[in-house]
Amino acid sequence: MKRVFLSAVAAALLSMGLAAPLQAADTIKIGVAGAHSGDLASYGVPSLNAAKIVAAKVNAQGGVLGKQIELVIGDDQCKPELGTNVATKLISDKVAVVMGHICSGPAKASLPLYNDAHIISMSPSATTPGLTAGGANPMFFRTIAKDDDQAKLTSRFMLESLKAKKIAYVHDNGDYGKGFCDNNRALMEAGGAKTVLFEAITPDAVDFSPIVRKLRHAKADIIVFGGYQPTASKLLQQMRRSRVMTPDVGHDGLKYDAFIKMGGEAAGGVYCFYPKDTASLPIYKEARQAHIDMFKSEPGSFYYNAYSAMLALINAIKEAGSTDTDKIVEALHTKKVSTPLGELVFNKSGDAAGLALSVYQIKGGKFVETNYSVTLD
Amino acid sequence: MDFQYFIELFFGGLTRGSIYALIALGYTLVYGIIGLINFAHGEIYMIGAFTALLVAGLLGYLGFPAGGILIVAALAAIVWTSAYGYTMEKIAYKPLRNAPRLSPLISAIGMSTFLQNYVLLAQTPDFVPFPMLLPDIDWLLEKFNYVLGPSDFFILVVSFITMICLMLWIRYTRMGKAMRATAQNRTMAMLLGIDANHIISVTFIVGSALAALGGVLIASHMGQINFGIGFLAGMKAFTAAVLGGIGSVPGAVLGGLTLGLAESFTTGYVAGNYEDVLAFCLLILILIFRPDGILGKHQVQKV
Amino acid sequence: MKRIVHALVAAVWFMVLCSPIMGLQIQPDKSVVFLWKRLAALGVGIFFASLLWQWYFSSQRASVSLRMPAAVTSAIGLFKQKKTRRAGLGILLVFMLLIPFLPVIGSIYQISILISALIYVMLALGLNIVVGLAGQLVLGYAAFYAIGAYTYALLTTYFGFGFWICLPIGGVMTILFGLALGFPVLRLRGDYLAIVTLGFGEIVRLMLLNWVSITGGSHGISNIPKPGLFGIDMDIQQATVYLYYLCVAAVIVAIVIISRLKNSRVGLALQALREDEIASEAMGINLTRVKLAAFALSSAWAGFAGVFFAAKTSFVNPASFTFMESAMMLSMVVLGGMGSITGVTLGALILILVPEYLRAFADYRMLLFGLVMVLMMIFRPQGLITGERRKYHVTALDGKGEAA
Repeated sequence: MKRVFLSAVAAALLSMGLAAPLQAADTIKIGVAGAHSGDLASYGVPSLNAAKIVAAKVNAQGGVLGKQIELVIGDDQCKPELGTNVATKLISDKVAVVMGHICSGPAKASLPLYNDAHIISMSPSATTPGLTAGGANPMFFRTIAKDDDQAKLTSRFMLESLKAKKIAYVHDNGDYGKGFCDNNRALMEAGGAKTVLFEAITPDAVDFSPIVRKLRHAKADIIVFGGYQPTASKLLQQMRRSRVMTPDVGHDGLKYDAFIKMGGEAAGGVYCFYPKDTASLPIYKEARQAHIDMFKSEPGSFYYNAYSAMLALINAIKEAGSTDTDKIVEALHTKKVSTPLGELVFNKSGDAAGLALSVYQIKGGKFVETNYSVTLD
Repeated sequence: MDFQYFIELFFGGLTRGSIYALIALGYTLVYGIIGLINFAHGEIYMIGAFTALLVAGLLGYLGFPAGGILIVAALAAIVWTSAYGYTMEKIAYKPLRNAPRLSPLISAIGMSTFLQNYVLLAQTPDFVPFPMLLPDIDWLLEKFNYVLGPSDFFILVVSFITMICLMLWIRYTRMGKAMRATAQNRTMAMLLGIDANHIISVTFIVGSALAALGGVLIASHMGQINFGIGFLAGMKAFTAAVLGGIGSVPGAVLGGLTLGLAESFTTGYVAGNYEDVLAFCLLILILIFRPDGILGKHQVQKV
Repeated sequence: MKRIVHALVAAVWFMVLCSPIMGLQIQPDKSVVFLWKRLAALGVGIFFASLLWQWYFSSQRASVSLRMPAAVTSAIGLFKQKKTRRAGLGILLVFMLLIPFLPVIGSIYQISILISALIYVMLALGLNIVVGLAGQLVLGYAAFYAIGAYTYALLTTYFGFGFWICLPIGGVMTILFGLALGFPVLRLRGDYLAIVTLGFGEIVRLMLLNWVSITGGSHGISNIPKPGLFGIDMDIQQATVYLYYLCVAAVIVAIVIISRLKNSRVGLALQALREDEIASEAMGINLTRVKLAAFALSSAWAGFAGVFFAAKTSFVNPASFTFMESAMMLSMVVLGGMGSITGVTLGALILILVPEYLRAFADYRMLLFGLVMVLMMIFRPQGLITGERRKYHVTALDGKGEAA
């Protein structure tokens, strides 16, 4: 009995550990890495959906270079250590390119691995400037504006249009939110605005009343908020209920319909930044409709960024005529691709040029584009 | 800074503190009776908020008049959440009544993880909007010179009434007396004809009901909830209970208010970054230097 | 019959209990969906679970295990056998024999997963000293792990120290922190200690998050080098394989040291402490010294594991050291068997490897962890493999003091 049990366990361990994934020869593999389960799943699942939709669409049209696209999905739950595991998994599955990672942490942790394996990765959502700064990672690309680009627009808007002099910064102490506030603070102070408050809040706190009271007494002209949508809408609701009516500026993490839904009236008047309104582009409508058809819901965070990233990668493979990394990099740098976010091509450091950012304001339950915008190059 | 600011922070802290106190009561009651740190109590609070949300959603869907939704949803949340507390005790703690001291604590940690993920999987990992059930009365705010928002006011009133009722109940009713007797000496109480199992069940039910009330109040104050709101709230409330002297009912209230005020002043005069650091430092310092808290009685370790 | 009625009542009770959270879902357009099927499935599940539950408790009360079906008895018997330890060791041995060859047959992905698993084995073994042997519940173990990881990360970024210098420094740092935490909490009772350590864990994480000028806060620290080998240039593949062997070596060292410790004077004192603090003090055990030793030894392993972790991921940020991480380490120890080295090793391997390979479980992983922790405490508090102590007894039959 015991021996049977032992060998069964051994066999199970063996088969678990060593069963190599079956190799299908005539497909092009695209890795999709991000948070697909766990508490941050809502930021990663939309991009997974985008990958599935684009892959299905391209496959239905006969694939790329005559081969079908196969997605290799890796779930990093937004944790750096799982990010490296996912990266090694994708590398050993011999993916041609990777669409991911979603969070900056796993992106930073996995980049050395991708660089070493000479594999391209393209993030739809990691905004940390350091990832592309100075061409540090020639095989890393992204379809989102990095924090300092966002900050350039925000600070200009606040200084010129809102004529803000006293600024309060509130962030969630996360990579994403704090980065936005840091970059803005530097530019705003250079532009002569005074920082009256720079503080973190705990997103899970039972209530925000102390910070709300502090904000009232800070008498800022504007509040810059760095953090995710739920925290922002909670804070805003509390502020408005306490009649703190200071205008609020947030980054692209806020520009989702969920923010308006959650924030209700409190969200009214908030400024935020997002790629220039491209909803009138046919390809945008198509992307949105595909999501509604396939998943019976409106697309979530970073969906269009991920959709664009998939299109850009597949287009580059097509233009390169092979899955040779250097050729794909070359194609990404030179060949324009039309995406739901506009015509994109990638500059030398890997940021999307042609991505236009606009300032939006929430009015009457809708995001209304203002005439402040900038096109990245 | 000026006095007005101080007063505002004071009342802000009081509001937050009264929520801590409501949850802390659940910890302290359970600890008083069976000496267990019910680690899953924060999750009970979260379930209370979720039940209220779902019931309110259902009522709204069925076209129930808006005014009544708050009351019905809160009552439903209290009833269901009490049932969760009761069931949790029967499954996770009762079989361990005579087990080594650490077993129920580990079981409680397991229960906490389980309940969080149960809500995550059965509902959603995202934040969901909670209907604004508390009346937003503008005149109150101006009347109080912006010291106290309408929802703060409402929370303070409801939680104070509840806490006073609880103290009276424990002091004067048969059940309350039986609870106190069981807390003092379970074996002796049993010899006097008190059904200890029954008392323990009642304790869990009362504690859960209070947590549910706290959950409903905070959820409608904050406007949204998710599966993870219970962890930090539970930790803070536990700190409050320890601060006041775990096992002591007035202690939990006092501890809750103290912690709420301390946090509010930290954010107000220092920085929001250190709010949680302060709470946890306070917890450690109290446990090290005065483990019996402000109002707790010193317990002699018996062999 | 009575049991069936009881089970039916339980099923109905749970269906009512779970009706809002499992049975209702609010759609974005504020309409409400009823999920009857899910509730019905729950009811059926609870019905059978309740039958099992009742059967278990009644059979336990009557202390009759004969009524169990043969398969169950033999399965349980397998765990209950005196030779369980040896069976466990056998499994471990098979695994260990495979260890050196894995990099040859497995892909770099599998090696990288195994490194993760081995780091957790180190952590579980370390935590086992203080939880399993000394019976002191520590809920903030991830703090020591974080201190180890940040020690390496900071020293290498600011001073360019290498892995081999940082490994002992990481250990020393965590020992210092362990003592700093251990000293004031000496007189705390078990559950208070648990909470203090939990608070400590959160404070360490929050300090790492807020002390931006040094730790980079949530941006973390990236580009942490992998360990070198006499200055030989290695690509990532080779470096990973090398790190894997280092982890294997570290785990073997940990197992040897901890199993030696277990039967040493300190180890026996720790176990006495676990059983009864007051009695062991009366027996002349210096509680202060023994407890501090437990804290120091235990935190040292977390420090080493932290250094390995930083080297493996090449990036650290405070998000990797949350309470969930501590809870995970604790469940490894609890699942595997408190006090048993084989047990916790197995526990760590199971909890890391199973979810990694059974991706379908990923969503349900934490739910199951929670459930398993509760059920383990009720049905098998000693864990998969019982951490038995060496018992000395004279037996006339075989004439030797067997180490059970």
